[in-house]
Amino acid sequence: MATPTIDVPVRTTEPRRGSTRSRRGRVGGGLLTTFTWIVSIAFFFPVAWMVLTSFKQESQAASDPPQWFFTPTLDQYRAVIDAGAGTYFANSLIATGVSTIAVVLLAVPAAYALSIRPVKKTQDVLFFFISTKMLPVVAVIIPIYVIAGQLKVLDNIWTLVVLYTAMNLPIAVWMMRSFFMEVPGEVLEAASMDGAGPMKTMRTVLLPMVAPGLAATALICVIFAWNEFFFALNLTAARAATAPIFLVSTMTSEGLFLARLSAASVLASLPVVLAGWIAQKQLVRGLSMGAIK
Amino acid sequence: MTTLVERHQAAEHDRRTRRRDTSVDRAEGWRRRAPLLPALIFTIIVTQVPFLFTLWYSTRSWNLLRTDGDVFVGLSNFGDIFADSTFRGAALNSILITLGCVAVAMVLGIFFAVLLDRKFVGRGVARTLLITPYLIMPVAGAMIWSISMLNPTYGLFNWTIGLIGLDPVDWTSTYPVVSILMALVWQWTPFMMLLVLAGLQAQPKDVLEAAAVDGAGWARTFVSITLPQLRRYIELGVLLGAIYVVNTFDQIYLMTAGGPGTASANLPFYIYQRAFLGFDVGQAAAMGVVVVIATIFIAMAALRLIFRSFDTKD
Repeated sequence: MATPTIDVPVRTTEPRRGSTRSRRGRVGGGLLTTFTWIVSIAFFFPVAWMVLTSFKQESQAASDPPQWFFTPTLDQYRAVIDAGAGTYFANSLIATGVSTIAVVLLAVPAAYALSIRPVKKTQDVLFFFISTKMLPVVAVIIPIYVIAGQLKVLDNIWTLVVLYTAMNLPIAVWMMRSFFMEVPGEVLEAASMDGAGPMKTMRTVLLPMVAPGLAATALICVIFAWNEFFFALNLTAARAATAPIFLVSTMTSEGLFLARLSAASVLASLPVVLAGWIAQKQLVRGLSMGAIK
Repeated sequence: MTTLVERHQAAEHDRRTRRRDTSVDRAEGWRRRAPLLPALIFTIIVTQVPFLFTLWYSTRSWNLLRTDGDVFVGLSNFGDIFADSTFRGAALNSILITLGCVAVAMVLGIFFAVLLDRKFVGRGVARTLLITPYLIMPVAGAMIWSISMLNPTYGLFNWTIGLIGLDPVDWTSTYPVVSILMALVWQWTPFMMLLVLAGLQAQPKDVLEAAAVDGAGWARTFVSITLPQLRRYIELGVLLGAIYVVNTFDQIYLMTAGGPGTASANLPFYIYQRAFLGFDVGQAAAMGVVVVIATIFIAMAALRLIFRSFDTKD
């Protein structure tokens, strides 16, 4: 497994001991690599099994012993789409997309006012934002339900848009602030010497510099909004239900169809999984609210 | 790069020198504040106002099923919930699930991170596989675990333990909390792994080389150099993880529905049950208030840590 380029320099510098040590290192390294591979595949296995099951017929899906080999079929995916998954996914798309755009529009100016030209009580404001993230959702769901009922916005996708915006805004403010803080002061000075006002500086200097950060922020918001279940469960019914609700309804309403449920799960998980895979580098920073680079 | 504190002090200094001209000062203050206000006001309205209502509801004996009920009862809801053994059980489950999940996920996360923190063939792919459980929709993850893995008749788990001759187990009804923990740990391990991996990669290489030159073995280097260096990352992972895991709802709702009975209900799930299935708004609100007060303690620790991370990093 180890490439020959590794032991060439070792052999030239320290002929005998070096070669035995590198051989032992190579064998150990090979074992460790194999072990890492086994661990990774085992940990990923439930996902792989879900994908496999989604290509089975129902009788093959719920069999004991499990069926490892079968003729794959797209029947379950067809059934999921015929069952009206489209509406649920469209709702998820609106809730996720619009709330993410709203979060970015609110968070970028706020983060600017907490970093580049800071307001007086910057620390307190930051503290406030993050503390809302720690407020258990379950403690506010009852009033939200009651208020939404009185405003006649239950089972309305825009209610979810507002809530998801509030849910992700603190994270976005923190993240964007951490990216703005990285912009060197000299760049800002240069911009102001060129006579650029705050808006122009933002557009021509700041935004291009924090663009990767903006992408990371949006990614995190998309993950949390797309996967959100609790608000959707309590505040939506037939019209505004989102993808996680669709999964649950497949699970309970018609008895258990494991293969079809797996197909629905694959479809529902796919957007976020793909986004996360593509933007792995940005994920850490988002998960730590910008604290870890 | 200036630190947050320095910037703050600079701004403070700036202001002090211009104190004489208060009107200019005030206008400048509002110019600085203006971009912040939309986000701030929006957050206050959507997150704080409902909580005030929760406080208000918690002092009322409001049950949607009874028409006579909505009267002020002072703190008696709080007395009732502390006398309620199910509430205490749910509180205990919350603690158990949060600590159990965070601890196991962190240990596994450190283990995975150490495995990934070396160059090998297909490292990127291994990393991708390992982070995937965090990206899977939690509702789907709960489904995978409760049905595909832990189902008593065709679940893969029982099939696997059957290979070594063990009897099948009805996991979600015999060991409901353990089953929930399996799904949760699976979901949260990648989160811990990513944070710890970032910590490992931020280690100064010269220190590690110096340790190797001094003849320190792998284990010794790990314990005396790597772990102390990781401490901040581990703390951050534990606290951020705890804040999310303490609110766990999806897995419990889908895997055990808090059952059998209320054996695996945590506080969020029990409050949900009381509010949306029992329609007891007053008591559910009182429980919500208790949860918030309890969460504030973890939150304070988390906030202090996050602030420290920022101040030393910038």
